[in-house]
Amino acid sequence: MIKDAERSGILELNDIQHFLITRTPALAARYEFLTFHKPEQGRAWLAAILEKVGNAKDVGPHAPDARWVTVAFTWNGLRALGADDASLATFPEEFRQGMAARATIIGTTGVNAPDHWVGGLANLDLHAIVILFARDVEERERCRFEHRRFLQECGVEAISSLDLEALPPYDYAHEHFGYRDRLSQPVVEGTGEVPTPGSGRPLKAGEFFLGYPDETGVVPLLPKPEVLIRNGSFLAYVRLQEHVGAFRDFLREHGKTPQEQELVAAKLMGRWRSGAPLVLSPDKDDPGLGRDMQRNNDFNYKAMDPHGYACPVGAHIRRMNLRDTGHNMERRKMIRRGGTYGPPLPADAPEDGVERGIAAFIGCASLVRQFEFAMNVWVNDPHFMDLGNERDPIIGTQDGTYDVTIPKRPVRKKIKGLPAFTTVKGGAYFFLPGITALRFLAAGAREATSR
Amino acid sequence: MVQQDGLRQQNGLKPAAMAIPKEGYFKLEKGRYGPIFPRTPINYGFTIIAKLKPGREAAMREYGNLIEKTIREAPEALAVLKLHSLKWVLFDINKETYFMYQGVFDTDFDKYSEDAVQLFTQTGITTAFVNLEGFPDDWKTNAPAVIKFVREHHHPSFLEYGEYPYATADEIKKALRLKQAFSEMLDLMQ
Repeated sequence: MIKDAERSGILELNDIQHFLITRTPALAARYEFLTFHKPEQGRAWLAAILEKVGNAKDVGPHAPDARWVTVAFTWNGLRALGADDASLATFPEEFRQGMAARATIIGTTGVNAPDHWVGGLANLDLHAIVILFARDVEERERCRFEHRRFLQECGVEAISSLDLEALPPYDYAHEHFGYRDRLSQPVVEGTGEVPTPGSGRPLKAGEFFLGYPDETGVVPLLPKPEVLIRNGSFLAYVRLQEHVGAFRDFLREHGKTPQEQELVAAKLMGRWRSGAPLVLSPDKDDPGLGRDMQRNNDFNYKAMDPHGYACPVGAHIRRMNLRDTGHNMERRKMIRRGGTYGPPLPADAPEDGVERGIAAFIGCASLVRQFEFAMNVWVNDPHFMDLGNERDPIIGTQDGTYDVTIPKRPVRKKIKGLPAFTTVKGGAYFFLPGITALRFLAAGAREATSR
Repeated sequence: MVQQDGLRQQNGLKPAAMAIPKEGYFKLEKGRYGPIFPRTPINYGFTIIAKLKPGREAAMREYGNLIEKTIREAPEALAVLKLHSLKWVLFDINKETYFMYQGVFDTDFDKYSEDAVQLFTQTGITTAFVNLEGFPDDWKTNAPAVIKFVREHHHPSFLEYGEYPYATADEIKKALRLKQAFSEMLDLMQ
């Protein structure tokens, strides 16, 4: 069956965890970060929770299949479950080291550095994450208690957790600053999904799932054994605190009227908070455009806005997807997942000091080529596109020494000493195995030596 | 870095030299694939020196013709690399032949490693490297191994000098275009 699939490149949706392919109608979620004190305890937990882990064929927004659990492991977690050393050594160096060890590479320094992280995410005893999606908070709480009892039975410890809830109004996805989200996502060849206009052609499955040809046309060298890695992906997890009070203060400082403030917010992001892209609507917001998935991603930069008069060259979305101004873009795409945590800050309220933000996952086939490249070059390289002294204004590591340039005729506007609107509070690299691979791990991960 | 940027702002036309420690950098800064080498008055670059497999000299020299033809037919073929110059040299030590690839370019090599490897593959440079000892057999499917080979065979400079320091290829081309336009304008005014 595997050989057949290799020949045809057919995506084995029934063996891929649903997480990176389909979305569930969940308004709440809980992430639990686990440690296995003994391999057999971890395997017992995995063997039992497996029946709740749904695949990408059966779980979806309208499907009755309620197996909404997702499970992924750190490199230390694979070892703690009993994967053999020969297999573990074949995993890529960045995954073996873990995100905390790569912090200076991805630019999470200063207050974003691992020694400030919360939830034990920088610790070597972080072994696994379990993601529990739920229709609402009530159902999430039920899952939480059930899972806690279950962990106790198995002897597995949750070292930390994070509760997530969608922000009202619930009819569209957005984060705490108020920007509409989920507007630009790559489409994977073989899922049957049709890209929205401007989102490019579907990409080869090997860019996101191991065991398939990627955009080079061949299956890249992969970790061993095949049973463990096939249909798996790597996940970079980032818990990003959003400083809503500081963000709103900044808008007020640089915009006299609500309209001017909205324009400043749009220039930082590259889209109005409604989702309308500046390239298509440079002077005023257009909420109808923002919500129209057939139009809101249908633009480019080189042809339509080469100098950044509409969307500044350093704006968040222009960094994260260079469109026609980048090289080899099909090799840099990532699948984003995640949600918001913490209570919304009411529009007229001052900063209350409560942590709120987004807890996101980046799914890819190569952390170093996709995620780390994006963080190192697009987000945190001050010389990105010859800007000289700028980082991503929304998610870049800001310490008050970087600028933001807003091209404008006749004279550009330069804001010096941009404050930090976000802080990385934690992160980790996980491997998200396929369903067969989860069974293999639960069974001891030991026939691996017959590679 | 602050010192270099300061220099750049001071005067792009004032020649500058930089002595570089043995390691190739002043302070260890980790990149995705290894240490990041600093920007110097001639920006970035590398000098790869590797032993040629016996009997491969003619095959290697033939790549000179291939790259010449590639650039003649597609002048922008190597644009991604932001190159100023390339030198390919073959030389003998103790009857063994070595290959030197010296490139000067405007981007930090670590940041664009994969783009470079992809371009090497597209333009046939990677297949030239197959004539080198130690080049990974699985280069087609193992980009990290190609990047490792390049880094392991890179010999950092201990001195670099720039007559027009820190100028990028884009800046120089802009200046040349301006000169050309100005010259044409003067011709039209005759």
